[in-house]
Amino acid sequence: MKKVSVSFTLNGDPVTAEVPVTWSLLKTLREYFELNGAKKGCGVGECGACTVIVDGDAVSSCLYPIPEIEGRSVTTIEGIASAEGELHPLQKAFIENNGVQCGYCTSGMLMSAKSLLDQNPDPTEDEIRTSIAGNFCRCTGYIQIVEAIGMAAETIK
Amino acid sequence: MSEYLYVGKSIPRTIETDKVTGRAIYIDDLKRPGMLYGKILYSKYAHAKIKNIDKSKAEKLPGVRAILTGYDIPDVRVGFIKDQTVLKKDVVRQFRDEVAAVAAISPEIAEEALGLIKVEYEVLPTVFDPVEAMKEGAPLVHEVDARGRPLKSNILPLPWKFYAGDIETGRKASAYTVKDSVSTTWVNQCCMGPSGCVAEFDMNNNLTLYDQTNVIHLGKQRIMEYFAQIGLKGKKVRVVNAIVGGSFGTKLDTDIYEFICMQLALKTRKPVKILFSREEEFFALPPRQPAIFDIEQGCDKEGRLTFRKCEALLDNGAYTSWGATTPSVMMMPMSSLYRVPNVSFEATCVYTNNIYCQAMRGYGNPQANFAVETSMDTLAEEAGIDPAEFRLINRNQSGDETPQRLKITSCGLEECINSVKEKLDWDKKKKDKKKARGVGMASLIHVAGGARVYMSDGHGIMIKVDQNGCVDVFESGTDQGQGSPTVISQIVAEALGFKPEDISLTMGDTGLSLWDAGTHASRHTFMAGNAAIRCCEKVKKQILDMAVQYMPKLIKGGFKRKKRKDPDFVQPDLDYSLISNPEDMDIRDRMVFPKSDPDHPYFKMDVREIVRSGLHVGVGDSRVVVAEEFYDPPTEMLDREMKGNLSMTYAFGTTGVEVEVDEETGEVTILKLIAAHDVGKAINPTLLLGQVYGAVYTGVGYGLTEEIKVVNGRVMNPNFRDYKMLTAKDVIPITPVVVEPGDEAGPFGAKGIGEPGLVPTAPAIANAIYDAIGVRITDLPITPEKILTALNDKQ
Ligand code: FES
Ligand code: FES
Repeated sequence: MKKVSVSFTLNGDPVTAEVPVTWSLLKTLREYFELNGAKKGCGVGECGACTVIVDGDAVSSCLYPIPEIEGRSVTTIEGIASAEGELHPLQKAFIENNGVQCGYCTSGMLMSAKSLLDQNPDPTEDEIRTSIAGNFCRCTGYIQIVEAIGMAAETIK
Repeated sequence: MSEYLYVGKSIPRTIETDKVTGRAIYIDDLKRPGMLYGKILYSKYAHAKIKNIDKSKAEKLPGVRAILTGYDIPDVRVGFIKDQTVLKKDVVRQFRDEVAAVAAISPEIAEEALGLIKVEYEVLPTVFDPVEAMKEGAPLVHEVDARGRPLKSNILPLPWKFYAGDIETGRKASAYTVKDSVSTTWVNQCCMGPSGCVAEFDMNNNLTLYDQTNVIHLGKQRIMEYFAQIGLKGKKVRVVNAIVGGSFGTKLDTDIYEFICMQLALKTRKPVKILFSREEEFFALPPRQPAIFDIEQGCDKEGRLTFRKCEALLDNGAYTSWGATTPSVMMMPMSSLYRVPNVSFEATCVYTNNIYCQAMRGYGNPQANFAVETSMDTLAEEAGIDPAEFRLINRNQSGDETPQRLKITSCGLEECINSVKEKLDWDKKKKDKKKARGVGMASLIHVAGGARVYMSDGHGIMIKVDQNGCVDVFESGTDQGQGSPTVISQIVAEALGFKPEDISLTMGDTGLSLWDAGTHASRHTFMAGNAAIRCCEKVKKQILDMAVQYMPKLIKGGFKRKKRKDPDFVQPDLDYSLISNPEDMDIRDRMVFPKSDPDHPYFKMDVREIVRSGLHVGVGDSRVVVAEEFYDPPTEMLDREMKGNLSMTYAFGTTGVEVEVDEETGEVTILKLIAAHDVGKAINPTLLLGQVYGAVYTGVGYGLTEEIKVVNGRVMNPNFRDYKMLTAKDVIPITPVVVEPGDEAGPFGAKGIGEPGLVPTAPAIANAIYDAIGVRITDLPITPEKILTALNDKQ
C-alpha cells in the first residue's frame, strides 16, 4: 500500500510518521504512536470519541486524512497533563465531579472542552453544551460533565 | 446514627484517574503478541437455506489465517434455550446470523476476505409480525427444537404466567375499569465502547478470554459447558475483563461473537481479537426487548385498585437470549407496583425473523412500567381522581407483602410522590392549566437487594492487608462505569477503619475472585457492600488479635529504646488491660486504639506496625492478614407460581415531568423533570446522582426519540445519525430528590440504584403529554409525527 510520510507536532514534540496514505489521524495516533486515548466509537464522525485538537480546534480524528496533518500541531488527551504529571484542571474536574463513568467518551469530551476553554475561558452553559454537542455519552446524561467543564473554567480563571 | 468518615461522602473517583488521561486499557486497546483480527460474515437474508459456501478465494488472500463456517466447527447449540449454533449452517433465520468468520493479520485483510466468501442462498418465507407469527400456517422460524423434536408453532415453550387473587372478584368490586393497549419498541443499549474480546489459548489449550462481561463467572460456566461439547472438556478457562466501555445489559449473555473468537483462536493457535463496528453494535447485538401489552385495571369508588390484568406479546426474534426472560421481571411491577389484590399477567414470546433481544437497564421493568403507569393515569381519569392522589391512595408501604410475596421492608414511595408533587407545584399546575403544558408522573418498584434468579445470588470477596497498610480487595463484580471501585473502597475503608486511598480493587477476573452472580439487577453495591462489610469484620478481628499480642511488646520496646537514649526517661505506668482484649479495641483511620480511650497517648498505634510485627516474628509463627467472605442473602427463588421474595429490599421512586408540546410541530420540551428515589442510603451522593442522571437521560430517549427501525427484519438505522440518542444539547432540567430511609439489610443502609432512574421516565412523559394536549400516544417512542397524527385525528 502506498505510504505517506508526514511531519507534525504531537503533544509538543516534533514527530514524523510513515503510514499508509489511507490512514486517518485516529488510526495513526493509535497504531503508529500507540496513543490509545482517542477512541473509535463509530469511525464515521458521528460520536466524538476520537476528538483531538488540531491547531486549536477540536476535530474528529477518525475523519482526518493523515496527509493533511503535515506541518500542523496535534494535541491528544495524553498531552494535556503537565510533563510532571499534574492533571489539567479539566481532568481534575472530571474526576472530582463524576464527569467520567465508563470513560469511553471521556478523552473526546475533554478535548472538545479543552478546545473550548482555550478559545473561550468564560463560557456560558449553553456554549459548554454546544462545544460537546458532537460527543455522545451514554453513562452520564451530560449534566456532571457540563458542571465539571464549568468548574474547570473557574479554576483556570 | 454513628458518624461515618467515608460513607455518605462524595469521595472523587481518583482511583480511576487513568480514564481521564487516556491510559485506561479498553478491549480496543488491548494487544497480545501475534494477535490476529477476526471478522464475521452475516446473512444476506432474513430467512434462507444455505446452499453452498465457497471460501476458496478468500482463503487465498495473503494474510488470512483461518476461515470458519458452520461446517468447520462442532455443531453445538448455545444460548438460553439452546436454539442456535455458533456459526449457522443449512438455514439462516435473521439478518444477523453468523455465517462465516475470518481471522487475518489485520482487520482490513479480514474485512476484505469477508467480501470474497461466496454464499449461495435459497430464500425461505419470512414472518416479522409477532401476531402473524402466532397464526396457524405462519412460516416456521425453527423446524425443530434443541433436542431435534419437530416444532409446530413459533410460540416459545416459555409460558410466563402469574396469578394472584381472582380477577372476577376484583372486577365485581370495581366502580371503574379501563382497558388499554400499549407497545414499546427495540432500543439499543448504545454502549460507547464497542463490543469485543480477545481469545487466547496456551499450548495446553487452556483459554484466557479478555472480555468485558458483567458476569465473569457465569460466562466462564457457559464457556466450560461449550468446551465440554467441542472436545475441550477439562480445559481451564480464565475470564479477565478489560476496562468496560459501558454495559447497560449488553454484557449479560455470552454473545455469539465470543464463541466465534474462541473458535478462531483455537484454529489459528494465536490470540484473536474481535471488535465490533458501530454498525454491528446496532444490528448484530441483541437490543432491548419490545413488547405489546393489553392491560386492564379497576378500582373501587374510593380509588383503591381492585384488579390488574395484563397480557403481553413479545417478539422474540429468531433466537432466544435474555429478552425472552424479561417477563419474569415484568411480573414485579405488574403484581407489586401499588397495592393491588387481584392480578393476572400472561406473556407469550414468539419467534420471528427479526433480530433477537436481551437485557437493557431495567430489564423488563421499563416496558411493563410503561403499561402499568399509563393505565394508572387513564384509570385515575375514569375515576375522577387526581393522578397523584390516586397513586398515593394505592402506594406501597413498609411492612407490605405484595401478591408476588415480595416483602417490602423500607419504602419511601409516599415521600417520593409527595416531593414530586411539591417540586412540580402539581396542584397549582393541575388547577390553572396552561395551553399545551402538562404535568405527569410515574413511579417504580425494582429489586434493590440482589435478585435471586440463580440458585446462588451470592457475591464473594477477598481482602488482604499487608505490612505497608495496603488493602487489596479482590472483588468478583465488574465495573461498567458505575464507580464501584470508589464506592466499594469507601465501604471497605469505613468498615475496616482504613482510608479510601489505602485500598486497591481487583475486579473482573475469574482467576482472582470467588463466585458472583453478576453485576446486574442493580445488585452490585448491595451485594459487594454486604460481603465487604462482613469480610472487613474478619480482617479487623485478625488485626486486633495481632494487636493484643504485639502492642504491649512494641510499646515496651519503644520505652526501652527511649531509656537507652535518655537515661532520665521514666517509663509510665500503663494499664495494659485496656489493650488486652480484641473486643475492647477498634481501628479508625488506620490507627488501632482502645475503645474506652481512643486518644490514649501510648495505646494508639499505626496498623502497619502491628501487621509488620505479626509477619516478622521468626520461625514458624509468622502470620498474614487475609480473609474471604461469601455473602448469599436469605432470599427466595420464585416458585412455580412465580412468587417469592427474591430480593432483600426494593427500590421505589417517582418521576414527575412538566412538558410543553408545540402543537404545530409536535415537538415536546421537558420543562422540568423531578427524579425522586428511595435509595436507602447514598454511599456516595455525587456518584449516585451520576446513576440517576444517566438513567433518566436514557429514559427520556426511550420515551421520545430512540428506536431501532426494523423493516422486514433489517435494521435500517445502524448509526448515530439515524438512531436518535440524546446529546448534550438536549437539556433535560433534572431535579433529583434523594430519599434516604435507610434499609436494614443494605450496606450502611444502601439500596441498589443503577436501573431505577430509567424505569418510570417514559410513562411520566407520556402522562404529561396527555395532560398537555389531551391525546395519548400509546407506542414508544413518542415522536413529533405521532403527536401530530394524534392531534389531527382528534380534531
Ligand atoms: S470515532 Fe470519530 S466520531 Fe466516532
Ligand atoms: S462515561 Fe460512558 S459514555 Fe460517557
